[in-house]
Amino acid sequence: MRPFTYERATSAQDAAAKAASMPGARFIAGGTNLLDLMKLEIETPTHLIDVNGLGMDKIEEIDGGGLRIGALVRNTDLAADKRVREDYAVLTRALVAGASGQLRNKATTAGNLLQRTRCPYFYDVNMPCNKRKPGSGCAAIGGFSRQLAVVGTSEACIATHPSDMAVAMRVLDASVETIRPDGTTRAISIAEFHRLPGDTPHRDTVLDKGEMIISVALPRQRGGTHIYRKVRDRASYAFALVSVAAVIGRDGRGAVALGGVAHKPWREAEADALLPKGAGPVADRLFAEAAPREDNAFKITLAKRTIASVIAEAREA
Amino acid sequence: MKFDTPAGTNPIDRMTVVGKPTPRIDGPLKVSGQAPYAYEHQDVPGKMAYGYILGSAVAKGTIRSIDTARAERAAGVVAVVTHRNAGKLGKGRMNTAHLLAGPQVEHYHQAVAVVVAETFEQARAAAALIDVDYARDAGRFDLVAAKPDAKEGTGSDAPSGAGDFEGAFAGAPVQIDETYTTPDQSHAMMEPHATIAAWEGGKLTVWTANQMINWGLKDLAATLQLPVENVRLISPYIGGGFGGKLFLRADVLMAALGARAAKRPVKLALQRPLMANNTTHRPATIQRIRLGCARDGKITAIGHESWSGDLEGGGPEAATQQTKLLYAGANRMTALRLAVLDLPEANAMRAPGEAPGMMALEIAIDEMAEKLGMDPVAFRVLNDTQVDPENPERPFSQRNLVRCMEEGAQRFGWNRRKAKPGQVRDGRWLVGMGVAAAFRNNLNQKSGARVRLSTSGEVSVETDMTDIGTGTYTIIAQTAAEMMGVPLAKVNVKLGDSSAPVSAGSGGQWGANSSTSGVYAACVKLREAVVAKLGFGPGEAVFEGGQVRVGNRTADIASAARGGEIVVEDSIEFGDLAKKFQQSTFGAHFVEVAVDRYTGETRVRRMLAVCAAGRILNPTSARSQVIGAMTMGVGGALMEELAVDKRFGFFVNHDLAGYEVPVHADIPHQDVVFLDEADDKVSPMKAKGVGELGLCGVGAAVANAIYNATGVRIREYPITLDKHLDRLGEVA
Ligand SMILES: Cc1cc2nc3c(=O)[nH]c(=O)nc-3n(C[C@H](O)[C@H](O)[C@H](O)COP(=O)(O)OP(=O)(O)OC[C@H]3O[C@@H](n4cnc5c(N)ncnc54)[C@H](O)[C@@H]3O)c2cc1C
Ligand code: SF4
Repeated sequence: MRPFTYERATSAQDAAAKAASMPGARFIAGGTNLLDLMKLEIETPTHLIDVNGLGMDKIEEIDGGGLRIGALVRNTDLAADKRVREDYAVLTRALVAGASGQLRNKATTAGNLLQRTRCPYFYDVNMPCNKRKPGSGCAAIGGFSRQLAVVGTSEACIATHPSDMAVAMRVLDASVETIRPDGTTRAISIAEFHRLPGDTPHRDTVLDKGEMIISVALPRQRGGTHIYRKVRDRASYAFALVSVAAVIGRDGRGAVALGGVAHKPWREAEADALLPKGAGPVADRLFAEAAPREDNAFKITLAKRTIASVIAEAREA
Repeated sequence: MKFDTPAGTNPIDRMTVVGKPTPRIDGPLKVSGQAPYAYEHQDVPGKMAYGYILGSAVAKGTIRSIDTARAERAAGVVAVVTHRNAGKLGKGRMNTAHLLAGPQVEHYHQAVAVVVAETFEQARAAAALIDVDYARDAGRFDLVAAKPDAKEGTGSDAPSGAGDFEGAFAGAPVQIDETYTTPDQSHAMMEPHATIAAWEGGKLTVWTANQMINWGLKDLAATLQLPVENVRLISPYIGGGFGGKLFLRADVLMAALGARAAKRPVKLALQRPLMANNTTHRPATIQRIRLGCARDGKITAIGHESWSGDLEGGGPEAATQQTKLLYAGANRMTALRLAVLDLPEANAMRAPGEAPGMMALEIAIDEMAEKLGMDPVAFRVLNDTQVDPENPERPFSQRNLVRCMEEGAQRFGWNRRKAKPGQVRDGRWLVGMGVAAAFRNNLNQKSGARVRLSTSGEVSVETDMTDIGTGTYTIIAQTAAEMMGVPLAKVNVKLGDSSAPVSAGSGGQWGANSSTSGVYAACVKLREAVVAKLGFGPGEAVFEGGQVRVGNRTADIASAARGGEIVVEDSIEFGDLAKKFQQSTFGAHFVEVAVDRYTGETRVRRMLAVCAAGRILNPTSARSQVIGAMTMGVGGALMEELAVDKRFGFFVNHDLAGYEVPVHADIPHQDVVFLDEADDKVSPMKAKGVGELGLCGVGAAVANAIYNATGVRIREYPITLDKHLDRLGEVA
């Protein structure tokens, strides 16, 4: 870990302005991802701006329907919120499928969206990695890629986004609300928020320099059965090989998003529309452009079968 | 004391303390944080500095240049040691690769430098400032590719057999010829390798985490080219080892070099991401098993060949060991072949040989039983042997495999298993049961102890034996209490100090039986000294309730030490009983699993182990050993695998997020049953090892249960969902 300076932000705009003006500045929320990466010198900020204590830890109802989740709401609190459990159960289920109780007590909504990939080569600073060190190459391509992406990949990077929460938010059509250094705000749909790697895999999201997440808005609840199925090699405390977030109505219509397969939560409107036709057509659509590697090609079969499991579960509900 | 004839009746047979379920005596210290582990000793003289190891960035090659200038100038840095300023170093007898690289690099994350600084954070930050320029060499990292060049084992690893295997196999009416693979595995113990090193003149003391104090002592002296008398190892508490701490490792050497350069004590722990590649691992195997049977189910031919890899000068994984002994059959063949690989050093991990060997053999047995249309329990019972099948004149000292199998089958409800696979459904789950034999050889090692009787009648035991979390303190105290007729609370045990008599150490499941036998020997001597001091003439002495009785003369044991404490020392040495009698431990593992028919995920539902391992010294800690081993077996069956990058030559998933071991949610209720045994041919304790037995066969029992659930046979461990996913049938 490199030496760094630290301050507590006094307001959201102050934090954004400072982050934009100070080179090497980063926000810190729960620190459960950032600090690990700093210890390994994968992240090397010179200044940390602590955004805890700005009052962004509330969950509020939006006039006319929906919920606004503060950027600093802890994963544990979000999962336990009665309104979330009742109206957005897929989100609760995704959250509790992630990490461990201790980590969820610290982890925040914004930090969770912005956690970095778990690609093992990203974690080993001896290895080439375009995401960690732009232009150095991608060690995962041609290497151990069992966990990595099968769709939306590029020649520069095949990493996945590891968040469970984001997959549920994707199926709920959330939007990410931010403040910029000049004080202006914007709402970014979750579909646009995370990027595909392309030839700039070091950029995970569309956030601009200094831009800070202040909240996540969930639109009015979406009727149907809320399911989150996370498939992994052990029963708990592991990242998804594949996960499926779905909200499926009595008529078999609904929405489905996948985790563990791409650089962002993976969902397509055309695939949603095929839900009544069953898992095969949905998966075929979602993976129409897939480019799997030898050791992760199983993810396509796995996703299809997991979607089938989810559809069956919704039918039985 | 020499143990060369079967034990007669002795004071241990009373079993008033030995054999009773006893909570570990070091438990209160551990749960209250007062048992210092290697990194935590406070009694080190001098101001502590912190070390941090930089591991090699390449797997094979040469260090062209190494620039430590920036690191040396960094805040708080006291010293930086590399091969250039380390002084001349030797290599320990038990090490294959050098512990410090340079100029040659022998494997990935081999230590290249240690930075010593005022704080841990400063040392870590400075280590990142060292610039190393490597010339990378091509290496051999792929076992499959290296297999054709593998060499046949020699000495104890040489091929063995009896009869005419090839002929009998060719002529057998029912045959199995299958290949199985097991992956590289990491010990992944909780406590990483850690050491505090302090020099006083030319004398070195290290507080470390080491299973085998005397091996560590000798190899540290050899590496630093010091006389053994100038080195002391202290290792009273160890946070798990599983074989990973059998040897001197880089933490010890680099702490010692760092402390010498800094002229201060240095504390150092291997950072978790270094553990997989810097230390040793269990090597991957490719195993071919051929079985030939008559139609009645009798094995006529049994052949087992295994290939593994290691660095030049290393050894093979003896995965065929159990196949020499487990089942009858007149025509037999086993062979080990070793390929040279440039991956990190392969070496012992819990139950080396049998653990991966049984993973393969016991699937093959299941396959053969199915082919014969026989129940797998009945098939194993039919092929039991009471003699070493390669040397039929040599009986087993005690062998109750059949009882383990039958008792386990009855307790587990084995008769409810459907012989035809894929028959039982529970919602989306496919449910199946599996069985495997457990087998691990019992080994004995010379072991010494010093015992004292204090003036207040307390007994203390000193030996360089270690407790790696297994419960050694407790069984040693039980042994001394039983022998001297004093309550457990009156016994003090001091372990893990090289200034104490040399013990067996903790390895190869020999620790419990050998070290307590050494304590037994020392206590026999102490009893003689006590009787002599009391002036009690000849006759059988009874030590009981704090008193000593010979004939009608009785005295408080403490009174013998009234004139000063009595100190004696002895060791147990094992004669040739292990040559005359094959000494092994046995068991049966039963497992029920459910496999999600959509996703292929396996969840273990029930587990039972029935063990026959001689006298059980402490059923509480023995059960803990076995349930821990069963957990490790589930890990090996379902998830544990060091992923090899065959281009860069290293284990990629080198942390506990990437190398998955079971979590609580993976482990269901586990039952353990010990048969009531006492084996008089192994030691005066009549006990055997049990800590490794519990692991052997678990993986295959899980694999066989998965097959019974799904009808899909997987022969490549770990059985992750991708291996059978596309064969689990259509889902809508
Ligand atoms: C052992 C382990 C297991 C895990 N398992 C899972 C799992 O199974 N599933 C899963 O989904 N996750 C898992 N995680 C990841 C965990 O969810 C994240 O670490 C956590 O959500 C990050 O939140 P944080 O508040 O601690 O973020 P921090 O570490 O504080 O920050 C993360 C990033 O977000 C930035 N940031 C923080 N707040 C803001 C803001 N308001 N605006 C802009 N930028 C901001 C920081 O600058 C940093 O770059 C695991 C983590 C660990 C350590
Ligand atoms: S997949 Fe992406 S994160 Fe992984 S090594 Fe390649 S560039 Fe880096």
